[in-house]
Amino acid sequence: MTRKQRRLVMIGAGLTLLGASTALVLNAMSESIVFFQSPTDAVTKKLDNRRFRLGGLVEEGSVKRDEGTTVRFAVTDTKSSLPVVYTGLLPDLFREGQGVVAEGKMRPDGVFAADTVLAKHDENYMPPEVAESLKRQGVWRDTGQAPVGKETKQN
Amino acid sequence: MIVEAGHFALVLALAVALVQTAAPFWGARVGDNRLMLMAAPAALSQFLLVLFAFAALIWAFVSSDFSVVNVYENSHSAKPMIYKISGAWGNHEGSMVLWVLILALFGALVAAFGQNLPMRLKANVLSVQGAISLAFLIFIVATSNPFIRLDPAPFEGRGLNPILQDPALAFHPPFLYAGYVGFSLAFSFAVAALIEGRIDAAWARWVRPWTLAAWSFLTVGIAMGSWWAYYELGWGGWWFWDPVENASFMPWLAGTALLHSAIVMEKRDSLKVWTVLLAILTFALSLVGAFLVRSGVLTSVHAFAVDPERGVFILAIMAIFTGGALTLYAWRAPALRAGGVFAPISREGSLILNNLLLTSACGVVFVGTLYPLALEAITGEKISVGAPYFNATFLPLMMPLLLAMPFGAMLAWKRGDLAAASQRLVAAAAVAGVSGLAILATQERGPWLAPIGFALGVWLIGGALSEIASRCRLFEAPFRESVSRFVNLPRASFGAALAHLGVGVAVLGIVGTSAWQVERIAALKPGEQLELNGYKLTFKGVAPSRGPNFEELTGTFELTTGERLITTLLPSKRVYSAPRTQTSEAGILATWGGDVYVVLGDELGGGAYSVRAYFHPLVRFIWIGALIMAFGGVLSLADRRLRVGEPRKGKTARHVVAAA
Repeated sequence: MTRKQRRLVMIGAGLTLLGASTALVLNAMSESIVFFQSPTDAVTKKLDNRRFRLGGLVEEGSVKRDEGTTVRFAVTDTKSSLPVVYTGLLPDLFREGQGVVAEGKMRPDGVFAADTVLAKHDENYMPPEVAESLKRQGVWRDTGQAPVGKETKQN
Repeated sequence: MIVEAGHFALVLALAVALVQTAAPFWGARVGDNRLMLMAAPAALSQFLLVLFAFAALIWAFVSSDFSVVNVYENSHSAKPMIYKISGAWGNHEGSMVLWVLILALFGALVAAFGQNLPMRLKANVLSVQGAISLAFLIFIVATSNPFIRLDPAPFEGRGLNPILQDPALAFHPPFLYAGYVGFSLAFSFAVAALIEGRIDAAWARWVRPWTLAAWSFLTVGIAMGSWWAYYELGWGGWWFWDPVENASFMPWLAGTALLHSAIVMEKRDSLKVWTVLLAILTFALSLVGAFLVRSGVLTSVHAFAVDPERGVFILAIMAIFTGGALTLYAWRAPALRAGGVFAPISREGSLILNNLLLTSACGVVFVGTLYPLALEAITGEKISVGAPYFNATFLPLMMPLLLAMPFGAMLAWKRGDLAAASQRLVAAAAVAGVSGLAILATQERGPWLAPIGFALGVWLIGGALSEIASRCRLFEAPFRESVSRFVNLPRASFGAALAHLGVGVAVLGIVGTSAWQVERIAALKPGEQLELNGYKLTFKGVAPSRGPNFEELTGTFELTTGERLITTLLPSKRVYSAPRTQTSEAGILATWGGDVYVVLGDELGGGAYSVRAYFHPLVRFIWIGALIMAFGGVLSLADRRLRVGEPRKGKTARHVVAAA
């Protein structure tokens, strides 16, 4: 096999793989990406059966325990608020009045059924999406410092 | 005083790095030996200066000197000593100093042990290495100085994020950095070769050990991070396709490809242009990782929260080095002489396939990681790309790679015989096939892919063993001859086989835990129990206790099978005092068959607690596999062929081995 032929084989194999991976990427992108929405988006836009991420603040006084490990709370951007139901263990830093990101689908009754509630790893941490959507709603206040010692427990 | 001295040493290191960049480069250009000879002492002194700065920073942390802003923000006097020390690199500024320290260490190692490198190559390599150091030192001094004082000094520090107070995570960053900063040397060698316009097999012999060392460190670093995420985050997962994880995984994939293409270059003087490109891209991906983690563009659990100014700075560093190297590449690469001829079915051919698949896999991870950022920057729309995307793109590319791996190792250089290779793999294929069928017959649930994946893991392990067996001519030659062949087998052969075996072991773990994981979530009152994969988990109650810098509530769970008590698991919820944070500690029973993993949740009222329990089959094999891979790398490094320097002019590598 000459150098030229070898090069052709290599280029051919490379292009085939490039094509295959592009196809894989496009296919996966169309099926498995998840959009981020604020409660206002979720209420105003028509979001059919797609999964999305809901981000905002956990509304004060909204956390209620159902039987078992099911918990209900509302996510708000202070303009609109959306009821959420979730079964499972909440992340350690889940608090009323703090930022949260939940992933799941809208149910026909207008309740957001979350199957994942994202953990924050730090009291200061505000998911950037949440911070930005709050800024857009004009309710962002840059505290900078953690509200030290504000320990709330949900029963 | 020590802190100021550290600060001064860092600035001095910057000046030395400037000399290290400029003098040898100019010397190599005009042929001035004295200028070129400045490279080694400059690299050594730069390393010593950065080492001193780093030691000063650690001293500030150890002595809890809260007049230093960095210590105040990230440490606390009540913290255990090990976390005071690891706190020094558990923050952005300190970790940047560690980054430069490792950069300088690799430069110093080349300076110290590179006596038999050609003078011009050495000068150019150290010059490029110095330039990278210079850029990052400017970055530290200008935007991320860890030595800034605070006046008046606060009485107490704010503490390190408690989830970072963990033994595995204390040593995760040093390993990770030794890995991807280590790839800087491959980059420097590549750029130096392009500057000289000359590259040969000796170049690959020089680059390969450094790449191998960096790769082994990175493998251990990633495995540690994954292990930590598994037991500390309390979600029971071991890999989340989080952008920050991907940031370390992309250089690993590219580095793995580089490792293999450098073999072709060393043995066959072929694939030069490609190897140089890979060396540049691997380090470029390390820089992309640094940018992703430190620029604040990511929504990630463990990204450093930093200001955009730093992001722009790192972006500039990334653009200059990657862009510069690629421009140089476009200009000079065509001048590199093409090497030996080979047939598609050959060791070379199989390594090319390995490279194509690994770089494609790296490409899809890259797209999945950066597409959301690009989309947001362009359209403002926010999306998240998660595990489903990566499973749909990464796995299809990995499967053929795993399938082809044992064949590649069996093929001869230049022109291989696929039929003969298959013959030697019959045993491995049979065992793999049988185990796959056995899984298919017995599995009650789990995806159809699971038996295939499991068989692939067994196939890799069998293939690696067959490779060693065939190199020893086991069952072909008299047994005594096989033994003596085994004893005399080069360590690099063992290393390669072991690394491949490690991949197989990790695959078994990944398949086991992904396909057959059992998860139970329940509200339990004391005395109530839960069924989990044949185990019974009985909740006994909770008790408060106090640790060195936290208070905890520990749940007691008795794990039984039938009537026999196996162990008592003690998951807990901790509340740290500084900073005030709550964390979960999982209760884990580790067995070879799998882990029982229990997390205590919130109190639900009426004395009930929410409890999450998992059974993770074979999960341990994932990290054991990674360690075997890294050990294979280290074993390869110990091969004397890699330690022998550049061959004399006019001789090929083979002659040197024969002479040595």
